Amino acid sequence: MSTIDEATLNTNYLTATKGWKSWAFTLDHKRIGLMYLVFVLAAFLAGGIFALLVRTELMSHGPTIVSGPTYNKLFTLHGAIMVFLFIIPSIPASLGNFILPIQLGAKDVAFPKLNLLSFYVYLCGATLTLLSIAHGSVDTGWTFYTPYSLQDPEAATKVLYMTCGVFVLGFSSILTGLNFLVSIHKLRAPGLTWTRLPLFIWGMYATSIMQVLATPVLAITLLMLVFERVFGLGIFDPKLGGDPILFQHFFWFYSHPAVYIMIVPGMAVVSELFATFSRRVIFGYFAVAMSSLGLALLGFIVWAHHMFTSGMSEFANMLFSALTFLVAIPSGVKVFNWTATLYKGSISFAPPMLYALAFLFLFTIGGLTGLFLGTLNTDIHLHDTYFVVAHFHYVMMGGTVIGFIGGLLYWWPKMTGKMYHFGGATVGAWLTFIGFNVTFLTQFVLGSRGMPRRYYDYLPEFESLHRVSTIGSYILASGLFTTAAVLIHSLAKGRAAGRNPWGSVALEWKTQTPPVFQNFEQTPIITKGPYDYHLASDEELVEDLYAPSAAE
Amino acid sequence: MSSPADATAHDAHEHPSYVQHHFDTASQQYDTAKLGMWVFIATEILMFGGLFVAYALMKAREPNVFIAGHHYLNKEMGALNTVVLLFSSLTAALAVRSSQLGKRNETSAWLVTTILCACVFLVVKYFEYSHKIEEGLLPGRYFGHPFFDMSAAPAFHEALPSQANMFFGLYFIMTGLHGLHVVIGMGILSWVLLRNIRGEFSAEYFTAVDLGALYWHLVDLVWIYLFPLLYLIG
Repeated sequence: MSTIDEATLNTNYLTATKGWKSWAFTLDHKRIGLMYLVFVLAAFLAGGIFALLVRTELMSHGPTIVSGPTYNKLFTLHGAIMVFLFIIPSIPASLGNFILPIQLGAKDVAFPKLNLLSFYVYLCGATLTLLSIAHGSVDTGWTFYTPYSLQDPEAATKVLYMTCGVFVLGFSSILTGLNFLVSIHKLRAPGLTWTRLPLFIWGMYATSIMQVLATPVLAITLLMLVFERVFGLGIFDPKLGGDPILFQHFFWFYSHPAVYIMIVPGMAVVSELFATFSRRVIFGYFAVAMSSLGLALLGFIVWAHHMFTSGMSEFANMLFSALTFLVAIPSGVKVFNWTATLYKGSISFAPPMLYALAFLFLFTIGGLTGLFLGTLNTDIHLHDTYFVVAHFHYVMMGGTVIGFIGGLLYWWPKMTGKMYHFGGATVGAWLTFIGFNVTFLTQFVLGSRGMPRRYYDYLPEFESLHRVSTIGSYILASGLFTTAAVLIHSLAKGRAAGRNPWGSVALEWKTQTPPVFQNFEQTPIITKGPYDYHLASDEELVEDLYAPSAAE
Repeated sequence: MSSPADATAHDAHEHPSYVQHHFDTASQQYDTAKLGMWVFIATEILMFGGLFVAYALMKAREPNVFIAGHHYLNKEMGALNTVVLLFSSLTAALAVRSSQLGKRNETSAWLVTTILCACVFLVVKYFEYSHKIEEGLLPGRYFGHPFFDMSAAPAFHEALPSQANMFFGLYFIMTGLHGLHVVIGMGILSWVLLRNIRGEFSAEYFTAVDLGALYWHLVDLVWIYLFPLLYLIG
């Protein structure tokens, strides 16, 4: 870094240095964030295509486009790619990498080299995971439950490829979490106290804690699974005296916190959106911040609610059910406070805000249906049905993915320097919202009527609802493609965006658009909270949607 | 935490060369690196924690298997390695101390001692492992078959309970993963030694020595739990 002169440090990060090496070996968190964004979106596209194939197969009763074994591979790939390659890195590694240091008023993350390493580790893990397709593709579901994942001798190579891939991806996730955790502790600009931190940072903080503490357990679990496969260790395989339930405990000890690694960043993004587009301080700021930490804590003590039908003791079932209900408290705090933020706010319906409102609606449904599943006796009925599928899609997609797209549209002008077409983005948002509900509301009904998940065929009486759900998925896809087209169009034809298009008082909008190489020409000194609209001067609140040099 | 006093000092070029551009002060850089290492150590402990949980559950379920199996581990060699690692932790700490005092040659001497201890540990481990392999005390389906010859099984394995292979599987995973950490630790300490010889450290800047030693203490700590759990459960 010391070789870069002052003038370069204060020019637009996109053009400050040139050539492919300046990207491939960059230590700039903004460029790493953009590179992550490209690959994360590619994974989203791949996972989405698998989802559409799954839905198309389910459109009609009986075999439609693929065979049963192929269907099993398709839903496994959909799940594994969406979870490990898209959702987990989505908000932290792409948007977070870009925005978090700027919101801290820092020049970079704490360990820029680790940050670049994390990106390349991600690429290695992704390659290994996808190599499993070349070896015939895994059909275990993304959970790799034993003994099924150990049984088929022909499946050995592909299961090994995918578990090794996920193992490597875990390291990438740990490195990002470690970097953020330390950056938040040590790199805050002068005056940026803990109670002046944006809620996006609080969310990233909670996420990082979970990434750092839960992912190593997944690593060792997968390592043991690999050893079980290669050596026949006898820990997980019942034929050798092992315990398959132990694998489930290990797996969910990571994967339940992983659910919150996925949803908390979505909450973090929409907290920013609600403040900016209501022009109000977030109601109950401190409670919202603490509820993120509360979710991080609870995430570690509710894992066995995925296993109520696995044959645990009655006592364990009751304990984990009771603990699970506690999750409703921090979630409720957030939903209540976001709603209260809207009250008497000066609300604008810019495209990012549409996603924030969609999040509020969809996450509430996803959260409340979670209570049905946390209750022991209803879970026995609903376990492994489409009700569960609908529930976690409302949280993962309706929550995290919607939050991710909202955040992408919110920070897009800052990241790329281009403003997109509002009309197109609005159409995309509505299509996504309508398509999503058509797809997944029907699945609640299907599930409660007894349609089991992961089946490639079904009884004739489920056909009409399945068909509605499939048509919904096409509407959903059209919404997402519309949004993608709007964003790509903005890169080519969009007008240059202004410094602060949304009239926000948050720190990231105070620097240039796009930001300079070292983020701020001078280290900012923070004197106010991130949402203090009531203390802001009139000129701070001006929405300069477009850069002044644009044709006006 | 960056204090407001650091605020004015944003021009990186006035700093000593070892302070990276994105830090305001040397102490901020040091604190950041140290916190980073502590967080990394937390991830390591969680990872080994998974193995310890598997060990605890399996031992609670099959105590006889573990007790029968542990008689085949060499307590003397295990004890020797424990002493070697404990001593190496001391020398690592002394390396940090002499680095803080700016005594470059002394730091190098302590680092070399630490790395030599690690070598001794690995040599002892090599003898232990080759013994196990010769006797066919191997993980899982390779159990009872010396040199992986699946047709010949020495008679004394029949005296062991049927799940003894699981005990040796855990033994190899736990000590193997630990051994891998020893090797990585040697790499880190050698790199620190090289930088020390090049004269990159001083009484003001000794971060890498400190962090390398911190990592080495973790390697030591894990072994302190592994030794009694595997060798001394009779």
